[in-house]
Amino acid sequence: MSETNGNLLVAEDVYGGYGSADILNGISLRVAPGEFVSIVGPNGAGKSTAMKSLFGLIKVRAGKIAFEGREITKLRPDQIVRLGICYVPQEFNIFPSLTVKENLEMGAFIRNDDYSAEIENVYQLFPILKERRRQLVGTMSGGQRQMVAMGRALMLKPRLLMLDEPSAGLSPNFIELIFERIQEINRTGVGILLVEQNARQALEISDRGYVLVMGRNRHEDTGPNLVNNKEVAEMFLGG
Amino acid sequence: MLLNVVQLTLYGIVLGSIIALGAIGVSMVYAILGFSHFAHGDMMTVAAYFGFVGVVTLHLPLPLALIFSMILTACLAVGIDRVIYSRLRNATPIIMLISTIGVSFMLQSLTQIVWGPSNEVYQSGIVLPYKFLGLRLQPVEVTIILGSVLLVVLLHFFLHGTKIGKAMRAMSDNRSLSQITGINTELVIIWTWVITGVLAAAAGVFLGADTQLNPRMGFNLLLAIFAAAILGGIGNLYGSILGGLVIGIVEEVSTIFIDPGYKPAVGFVIMVIMLIVRPYGILGGKR
Repeated sequence: MSETNGNLLVAEDVYGGYGSADILNGISLRVAPGEFVSIVGPNGAGKSTAMKSLFGLIKVRAGKIAFEGREITKLRPDQIVRLGICYVPQEFNIFPSLTVKENLEMGAFIRNDDYSAEIENVYQLFPILKERRRQLVGTMSGGQRQMVAMGRALMLKPRLLMLDEPSAGLSPNFIELIFERIQEINRTGVGILLVEQNARQALEISDRGYVLVMGRNRHEDTGPNLVNNKEVAEMFLGG
Repeated sequence: MLLNVVQLTLYGIVLGSIIALGAIGVSMVYAILGFSHFAHGDMMTVAAYFGFVGVVTLHLPLPLALIFSMILTACLAVGIDRVIYSRLRNATPIIMLISTIGVSFMLQSLTQIVWGPSNEVYQSGIVLPYKFLGLRLQPVEVTIILGSVLLVVLLHFFLHGTKIGKAMRAMSDNRSLSQITGINTELVIIWTWVITGVLAAAAGVFLGADTQLNPRMGFNLLLAIFAAAILGGIGNLYGSILGGLVIGIVEEVSTIFIDPGYKPAVGFVIMVIMLIVRPYGILGGKR
């Protein structure tokens, strides 16, 4: 595990899936502290599954996952979240019958100290949330829900933020805004691991990217290099 | 006739308050733990007998006996969860159905073993009712209504003003997101049983004070409690209150037209109609 040194997250040769059949057939990836890494690939490549396996939501059959040098392969999500990784699922990522502020408070559930600075921080990132802090999140638009979900995940000051398709179902304006905010979060030193369907947009702003195909690593390069890679472009960036 | 209807409506509000306290508990357990708690009526029964110990053995006044019963019933509820339900966290609905009915039988039989099968009362003798405008209401019935209102207001502030209360609402929204977020779901479950136990104690002691105690008293009300929870929308606290009052009032008023012995059937008919016409309840509950 020499690669662990200096890396935030390291996954080596991970196999796993939901039932008896594996969806992940040996995935390896790493994220350095403060790095912005994207996982892209065609539908059914196992992108979201890969992310879930990192967060303990899927049984890993073989392979090893380490965070800050500590093995987390067999830990549960509620244990992993305490170590400094926060995860925003693609769907059902907010508490609809709670207000914006209550959603953020739930994000800080395990903290017993004063977290008003983090709430202020989220409001600065998404000013609309401050305006609507008393609104029930279930009554808000998809884009605003995504902001709440990301805000909730920032309450624990994670060192790695994992986002599963944050742009799914959003209008182009909102997609741009969400991507801008992810970059802003990244600039504060938070490592980002992003799974995206909007591959080109994601790779353009990423330090590095992984292209998964059939549950395996296919390509690994810097974001811009992957965008310009002919094979990658032909495969699914739309030429 | 009108006076009669108003009088029965008043009795219906008393019965409805008791049903509502039970329905809130059933509703919360369903929303947060995901199963129907068929031992709820018997939890109320045991609570009523805890109150009996308070009043008769310890010579406590009824309000103190109620608090005594609340503490013991909350412990009982948490204990049952730790020993039985916590081992079945991801069990299928049919397993939970069988388990909660099993617990129901256990509590009912234990009550009978400890306190015997005959009827008991908290207080014997005649208490004169309050009279106004030709209506009458027993002092204890006024206490039941006011006590229920107080408990519901306290519960509202607990759910909206405390960290654990908010986490209970969050977990009722989405259990897996709660875990991902880092919410201590087992702690939330323990608190859910504490609240459920306290409410069951109030419902049981109120029921005992309004009528009399016997080992089947809570079980006999279980149908009305589930009817109320379903009527209001299971998982919806305010729906349970509304459902409880509707069932209570309709059951009492129905005695004008039909034999009082059929009162429980009225609740059952309402539940069946609701399940056919609007299965998510009046206020909309958890799906």
